[in-house]
Amino acid sequence: MADSSQEYITHHLQNLTYGKLPAGYVRVNKYDGTETELTTSTWTIAQSSQEAKDMGFMAVHLDSLGWSVFMGALFVWLFSRAAKKATAGVPGTLQNICESVVEFVQGMVKDTFHGRNPMIGPIALTVFVWIFLMNSLKWIPVDFIPGIASMLGAPYFKIVPTADPNGTFGVAIGVFLLILFYSIKVKGVGGFAKELSFTPFNHWLFIPFNLFLEVLGLLTKPLSLALRLFGNMYAGEVVFILIALLPFYAQWVLNIPWAIFHILVIPLQAFIFMVLTIVYLSQAHEDH
Amino acid sequence: MNMNLTVLGQLIAFAGFVWFCMKYVWPPLVSAMQERQAKIAEGLDAASRAARDLELAQSRAAEQLRESKHQAAEIIEQANKRASQIIDEAKEQSRLEGERLVAAAQADIEHEINRAREDLRKQVSELAAVGAAKILGQSVDTAAHQRLLDQLADEL
Repeated sequence: MADSSQEYITHHLQNLTYGKLPAGYVRVNKYDGTETELTTSTWTIAQSSQEAKDMGFMAVHLDSLGWSVFMGALFVWLFSRAAKKATAGVPGTLQNICESVVEFVQGMVKDTFHGRNPMIGPIALTVFVWIFLMNSLKWIPVDFIPGIASMLGAPYFKIVPTADPNGTFGVAIGVFLLILFYSIKVKGVGGFAKELSFTPFNHWLFIPFNLFLEVLGLLTKPLSLALRLFGNMYAGEVVFILIALLPFYAQWVLNIPWAIFHILVIPLQAFIFMVLTIVYLSQAHEDH
Repeated sequence: MNMNLTVLGQLIAFAGFVWFCMKYVWPPLVSAMQERQAKIAEGLDAASRAARDLELAQSRAAEQLRESKHQAAEIIEQANKRASQIIDEAKEQSRLEGERLVAAAQADIEHEINRAREDLRKQVSELAAVGAAKILGQSVDTAAHQRLLDQLADEL
């Protein structure tokens, strides 16, 4: 039981990885243990966690990427459908929902962001809705879609993109690049460099110390964004997987309360990510 | 849990969605909302203006009503006055007319009396002449005794 439990958990925490195995790599068949050596480097789907690991950086998590793009497309499709038919008169149901979300985001931006930048609203809206939709995949029972995928022949399948550090770091790096872009755009290269060198201690002797602090602070922003979201989602996912190890008739005792708890967690994490994005971009626009 | 190209894919997807949202989602929705806001503000404005207008109209109507009541009372008073005046005039006229009629009737009566007296006088003188003739057995020469007869008639 312990062995199979561990296997079950690691299996559910492994992404479907498509990547490059180098020439001379020895693949081990997980059913009969036979070994085959690759003559040339090949792009293929990893059949074990070890293979996925050995692929290194030249690999793609098909499940994370696919589901995140699907969820993003869902967001874009729904909202652009509402936007295309948007009227100033009596709004329909879809337009109503979309407008409520937009108004909510707009309110957050107005409260937090004091510069003038028409980009902040769309960025915040995308971040909020997209991350919410990706997080919400957690409500789907852990074995449901992976089960269908394994029937279709996929060795692994993990559907929540935000429980994959690649997924959260991708968005966080996007935000980081926006921070750098707007810092330089608003303050100029010199102004940005000056801000990094002369805060918090405004003396030339402190330049190295200031630089160390500020660059560290700057790098902490995307890191904290990505790790907070990833940590929350991954931990929640692990708990769902652990609950799934219980006998089927007892699972509801734990997984229903846990899913209900995620009604709080899922929007909250999306909200925190959005608010911090707005705050960071607001700081990037502030001239000291 | 390996870091790999997925990060890059996610970054590109993020950029794409932000771009799409900025271009096709945000502006129409926000402009529709702003437009509706303006419309609602306009509507509320119009409503309060209409309420003020209504209040004004009501007070004006009340004032007009009061004024017309006042006018009506004035007219009635005038009419009453006029009526009593007409009645007085009519009374005066009829009194005058009555007096005139009475005077005319008295004049007629006087006239009739005088004429009757004259007739009577004439007839009496004639009667006296006839009586005297009868008495004297001969006809009285009326012409010769005219002076006597006239005297008699005057005495009657």
